[in-house]
Amino acid sequence: MNRIDQLFRDKPGHILNIYCTAGFPALNDTLTIVETLQKSGADMVELGMPFSDPLADGPVIQDSSTRAIANGMRISVLFEQLKGFRERVSLPVVLMGYLNPVLQFGVEEFCKKCAETGIDGLILPDLPMDEYENEYRQIFDKYGLHFIFLVTPETSEARIRKIDSLSKGFVYAVSSSSTTGKDKDMSGQQAYFARLQAMKLKNPVLIGFGIRDKATFEAACAHSNGAIIGSAFVKAIENSANLQQTIQEFVEKIKA
Amino acid sequence: MDITIDTSHSKYHVNKKGYYGHFGGAYIPEMLYPNVAELQEKYLEIMRDPAFLSAFEQLLKDYVGRPSPLYLAKRLSEKYGVDIYLKREDLNHTGAHKINNTIGQILLAKRLGKKRIIAETGAGQHGVATATVCALMGMECVVYMGSVDIQRQAPNVARMKMLGATVVPATSGSKTLKDATNEAIRDWINNPVDTHYIIGSVVGPHPYPDMVARFQSVISEEIRRQLKEKTGKSNPDYVMACVGGGSNAAGTFFHFVDEEDVRLIAVEAAGKGVHSGYSAATSQLGRMGVIHASKTLLMQTEDGQIVEPHSISAGLDYPGVGPLHAHLFETGRATFLSATDDEALEAAYELSRLEGIIPALESAHAIAKLKDLSLQPGQVVVVCLSGRGDKDMETYIKHLK
Repeated sequence: MNRIDQLFRDKPGHILNIYCTAGFPALNDTLTIVETLQKSGADMVELGMPFSDPLADGPVIQDSSTRAIANGMRISVLFEQLKGFRERVSLPVVLMGYLNPVLQFGVEEFCKKCAETGIDGLILPDLPMDEYENEYRQIFDKYGLHFIFLVTPETSEARIRKIDSLSKGFVYAVSSSSTTGKDKDMSGQQAYFARLQAMKLKNPVLIGFGIRDKATFEAACAHSNGAIIGSAFVKAIENSANLQQTIQEFVEKIKA
Repeated sequence: MDITIDTSHSKYHVNKKGYYGHFGGAYIPEMLYPNVAELQEKYLEIMRDPAFLSAFEQLLKDYVGRPSPLYLAKRLSEKYGVDIYLKREDLNHTGAHKINNTIGQILLAKRLGKKRIIAETGAGQHGVATATVCALMGMECVVYMGSVDIQRQAPNVARMKMLGATVVPATSGSKTLKDATNEAIRDWINNPVDTHYIIGSVVGPHPYPDMVARFQSVISEEIRRQLKEKTGKSNPDYVMACVGGGSNAAGTFFHFVDEEDVRLIAVEAAGKGVHSGYSAATSQLGRMGVIHASKTLLMQTEDGQIVEPHSISAGLDYPGVGPLHAHLFETGRATFLSATDDEALEAAYELSRLEGIIPALESAHAIAKLKDLSLQPGQVVVVCLSGRGDKDMETYIKHLK
């Protein structure tokens, strides 16, 4: 069974998914971060494959991507780093990135590598639903890779239903109409979260964008299966002198 | 006016799914789906509405100054031994072809009930054209411009500000046109309801490449009519235009694309030389990839990171090319040539001294390749003179001879 499905079966609520950019702050920090996140009690990790032009991301994640690329991070390097990591890491790992680097790597080759290394899911915000359905779905399915779609406050109910029917693992609910890392007030989003909750989707729902501390995490969890923290975490580890301690403290504060 | 002609049987124009052959599409994050889907659904319907068309035509005539002249450049023609006509887009209000598109899109934005306009700009020509129509319509205008370009193009920044626009520096990535485009897209993600994004070229997600090409197709429509009046034939032997993203070329080619007896010549910027590492010749250096939500030819590293191009002209300094052009290149329908920085400068001087017309550096790239065509006496060549050279005076003065 895919580790994502297993996780939601074992623990239906308060899932904490942490995003970090692979190869950041230093090239070889990737695995240290994943392992420390597991030890600290995070439930899932979303590893960013850095891209030069990340349209859906705000400045924090773009800057971390620029730095990671300068550090030498690329998809082939990431798969090298991940070789054998399943001996030490059991939590689900999802790769997040943009379509172009995956296209250049070769979609089938990419999926094969994901299966070999033990990646559970994939988020490519600029791969639209129609393209996925017509061209990519079979390849991802063949390698057991869950493809995770985004929905936003502007997504119509009919489209959410369609996305839910195509999604595997979970549906990624963007908290507000924004790029990542915006400190928008979450109180206005409660109606949208409640609307999503009332739709009783077949997939679990994780809320992301703008989740940055215990209060926003709890607000998101009240209407979903959990939440994703990205920019706030990237910011926290950016200049950390002791990566493991910083990560431990970050996760503890959220879960306290 | 036939900017809305049915192109559904064309081998080269966009198909119903938003593709030109393998190129095009709408690789957008879900956050942009409602806006882009609305445009896809409505753009042709709105453009076909007689009231819309008459408002568009009226403004092009009275405000922009269209039709722009098709001028037989006698001394230039003598030099090359053929008849060379210049399509004088440089005489438009604001000094370039860019305003054809911004007039069309602002009318469309009003139809969609939008209150706020955003745009990206490289050299500042599209930014000025957008700021101009926003002033005309009394709409809020925010223009994203790479912080490097803001330094390089001070007069256009001042023009935009004088017209009441807010100019926001793009400080991410390489701080030039592609980053300004990223920032504009991000603004749209953050303001999905009240804002329309006026893209300046035939790039971006479907329907932008086709929509912008159609607004610019007044150029080829006029060329055909004017050429018929002057020569008795509406088809020349060649039409030529420079290509960065490719909006003036798309407008110049539009009504000729399916007229296979007309040769289409696209001229890219070779910068310091196609293989010098400082070039913007996308058709030579690019591979299929996705940039700004469109699948097209793209200058990129082996692992798919987008590369920063180089050209002496900021308007051609784009690492991709519109999907229509990628398709015209792949099918061989258009011939792609490239002109170096030096060739463009030389051509700018040539045109200035022979015809008394100082062209924009972008347009000078097209002029520069007249010498590379194997022309036969009696042939007719139309070159799109996409803009005037005022904005490039600093560069020209540096190379004054």
